[in-house]
Order: sequence, then structure tokens, then C-alpha cells
Amino acid sequence: MTITPSAIELKQIARRFVTPTGHVLSALEDFDLTIAPGEFCAIVGPTGCGKSTTLGLVAGLARPQAGAVTLFDAPVNGVDRRVGFVFQQDAVFPWRNVLGNVMAGPLFRGVAKDKAEAQARDWIVRVGLKGFEDHHPHQLSGGMRKRVALAQTFINNPQVLLMDEPFSALDVQTRELMQEELLQLWAQAKSAVLFVTHDLDEAILLADRVAVLTTRPARVKSVHTIDLPRPRDVATLRYDERFIAIARKINDDLREEVLRARAGH
Amino acid sequence: MTEISIPPETAVADARLETLVERLRRRARLVLALRLAVLVFLVGGWELGVRTGLIDPFFFGQPSGIVVKLIDWFSNGTSIGPLWKQIWVTIYEAGAGFLIGAVAGILCGITLGRNQLLSDVFSIYIKVANSIPRVVLGSIFIVALGLGAASKIALAVVMVFFVVFANAFQGVREADKNLIANARILGASNWQMTRAVVIPSALSWILASLHVSFGFALVGAIVGEFLGAREGMGLLIATAQGSFDSNGVFAAMIVIAVVALVAEWILTMIEDRLLTWRPETTVNE
Repeated sequence: MTITPSAIELKQIARRFVTPTGHVLSALEDFDLTIAPGEFCAIVGPTGCGKSTTLGLVAGLARPQAGAVTLFDAPVNGVDRRVGFVFQQDAVFPWRNVLGNVMAGPLFRGVAKDKAEAQARDWIVRVGLKGFEDHHPHQLSGGMRKRVALAQTFINNPQVLLMDEPFSALDVQTRELMQEELLQLWAQAKSAVLFVTHDLDEAILLADRVAVLTTRPARVKSVHTIDLPRPRDVATLRYDERFIAIARKINDDLREEVLRARAGH
Repeated sequence: MTEISIPPETAVADARLETLVERLRRRARLVLALRLAVLVFLVGGWELGVRTGLIDPFFFGQPSGIVVKLIDWFSNGTSIGPLWKQIWVTIYEAGAGFLIGAVAGILCGITLGRNQLLSDVFSIYIKVANSIPRVVLGSIFIVALGLGAASKIALAVVMVFFVVFANAFQGVREADKNLIANARILGASNWQMTRAVVIPSALSWILASLHVSFGFALVGAIVGEFLGAREGMGLLIATAQGSFDSNGVFAAMIVIAVVALVAEWILTMIEDRLLTWRPETTVNE
């Protein structure tokens, strides 16, 4: 299957935690997933099943107890410069204005200040925040803060983009706009995306493939290829019959796990 | 048909807004008047109590006597020299101790907050040192450093250090895990992380501790002067106490309170300047 090189590969991963009471809690066991360069893969699963844990492992923020995580066939060893990460909560720096936030990445990576600023201004325009360069995050709406986060991430030109329920805190209309915007940015950046969400519709709208996870300890239960043509129209696609058929199929799969999670397995 | 006359509506809204503004203003005036009333009641009651013989001015002073004392001090100087000199000496000691203690506290707090091993090793000693009533150290400082400013500065330093240290340490520890993860992925080195994330997020903790600790620095300086000095507000109080001059003690207390309030005001200004990124809090004073 994987004759082409993989962008992200998780092989036989296990990630376990020691709880304060001394018990070992297994978040992931025998976890396998491969994502090709430029592919958009979404992960859905019951709440608390270990979706975010997966992202942390790929980002190099945490290490697995067993198995191997590789980026472009090289093992992950700490935070990789090719990785971008958009968080669920606001992770923009509240004490920096929009410009300072967007240019943070290049500055951290040693780009000269005037060059970093020029890049940042360009990205601020691209995410539609022109005129807000001097605003601080608390002066922006949730959607605008998410745009800052996107610009902050995309300016580093990530080949691997990890997204942890990035739009879950937004209202429905804003979420739709942001999804559209993300697809446009992704089409240009051509990065491999691992997108964690609890919203199945969102997963289908955005992704090439959707992986359904089991309850904890999480494994990949099934992977569904979404063969809806691109470019996709986020606003209307969800009413398309093909979309509904796919959603129904995956939903049955997912529901089984959600019910098991609720039963306490 | 579709034209709806808007002006009357906005006029109504404006009128409502105006009554709201008027009501807020009236309330502010009421609060001010009541505050003044409380002051007049307390000070007036005190004075009246003295005049009717209910309160013995020998022990508890007398408001009019305190005012006379203050005027006397300002125009003729105190028994130990000009008043300005005493105020300045105490401000100098408290200020120097505050600066040294705050800088040392911030540096140590951030270093230990960022380094798990160091904090594990030193936390026990800091807890022990913190549990010592630090005012007692004043005696040692006076023996070791003499009657001059150095011993008072040293006492102010230890009073300030632990408060600022504890807050800086806590502030570093409380830094948002998401922001730290984000900075790391954006490419920040350890030092860049400290500068770009850790210090700014600890800053509000640190500034809060500075408010409290300037008061502690004043206490340190004044207690040091109590224990042994040649000049300063603490000595002035000790002298007044020695001559059973309760009005003098109260007068010195008022002068010190004014110094503390001015310092507080300056710190608030610095804080506002440093924390411009924070959402405006509703002004409720």
C-alpha cells in the first residue's frame, strides 16, 4: 500500500499514563495510521479516547511507550521544524498584537526581523486580518483569533499540519467560514494534515480519509476514503446525497464506539 | 411605506442613556458623601471623646493635637532633625531594599520555576527560610551591619524577597501549557520560551506581589529603625514613644501612610503600562 513515502506514520504505537492513584492508564494501544504527503486525514472518535494524544506524539511533544512515529520515514525525535500545530483552545500570545503573534514563528527560527515582518504582513492579509495588525487578541473575536493562529502556523510553511479540534469553540457560521478558509490555505500549502475532530460532518467535509477510533485504549477501528471531488463547497456539500451516504456509513461505525464508551468499557 | 422614522427612537434611547449616566453620577456623589461622613464621624467622635473626657489623650492622642504636631514638624523640624530628612531616609531604605529584594526574587523565582531539579533541591530551604519570622533577623542585621542604612535595607530585602520569589515561581508554573506547546512548535528555544511566554505570563503575578511587598519593605525599614538607628521615621516613632507623645506616633503614622499610598499609585501606573495587552477591566472606583 505505501509504496510512496509517508508523511506521517504511526506504527504499533502505545501511549500509557500513570494516574495519581498509581494505576496505568492506556490511551493508545496497537495504533497504526499512515498519512501520505499532501493528504488530509481526519480522526474521529468518542470523547476522551486519545485523539489529542496522537497529535502530541506526532508533534514530538510526547513520546510513545512502544512503537515508532516517523515523519517522512525518519523517527520523530523532539519537536520537528516541519510540523505546524493548531490548538483547540486559544494558543496565541495574549501580550502580543496580531503582527507580533504571526511573526513569532519566523523570529524564533532565526529569520531577520524585517523579513519576518514582511512575511507576517503578507499572511495577515491572506487570512483576512488586514487592518488588525496592532490589535491584541482580547480585542478580536474567536474566529479572528483562530485566523491569527492559522497565519501563525502557516507562515512556518509546515509540511505536516496537526489540528486539534481547531474550530470546535466557534459558532456554526464562523466554523463554516474557517473550514472553507482552511481548505483554501491547504490547497496552496499542500501539507499533510492530521485533523482531530469530534464533528463527523466536519471530518467528511474536509478530509480525504476519515479514521474512526475505538474507545480507550484507542486503536484505528476503520478508515474511510472520502471520494468527494475537490474543490469542495463547505456550505452546500453537506446536503449532497453522496455526503449523506458516507456520513451514514461512518456514523454507524462511530456510534458503536460512542455507545461502548458510555457503557464504560 | 418602508420608511420608518428612526430619529424619535434614538432620541428615546439617548434620553434613557442620559438618565443612566445621571444615575451613575448621583451614586458616585452619594458614595463620596458617605465616605466623608464616615471620616468626620470617626475623627470627630475621637476629638469629641477627648474633649468630653471619655478618651484619655495621653494614651490615645487627639486629632487636633496630631494636626498641630504635623504642622510643627513640617515648619520647625522634629526632635531628631528636619522631617523631610527622616522621610527621605526611610524611603531610601525601603526603596533600595524593595528594588534589591524584588530583582533577586524575580530572578530566583523564574530560574527555579523553569528548572525542576533546582526547584526540587531548593524548595525545602526556601520553605524553612520563609517560616522564620523575618523581623527577628533585624537584630542580627543591626549587629552585623551597624546602625546605618545597610541594616535596614537588608531587613527590607528579606521582607520583600520571599513574597516576590513565591509569586514569580508560581507565575512561571502557572504559564499556560498550550502557549508553551505552541511556542515550542513554532520553534522557540528554551531562552526564547522564557522571554516570549514564561516572563510575560508570570508578569501579572509578579506585579501583584510588588504591590504587597512595597508595604513589607516599609515595615522592614521602620522596624529596623525601631531596633537601632540614627535617623528615619522609625526612630521618630520610637522617640515619640519614649517621651509618651502619642500625637507624635500618630503623626508619624500618617506621614508613612502617605508615602505608602504614593508608592502604591506609582506601582499601579507601572503595572498599567506593562500590562496594556490585558482586557480593560471596568473602572469601579
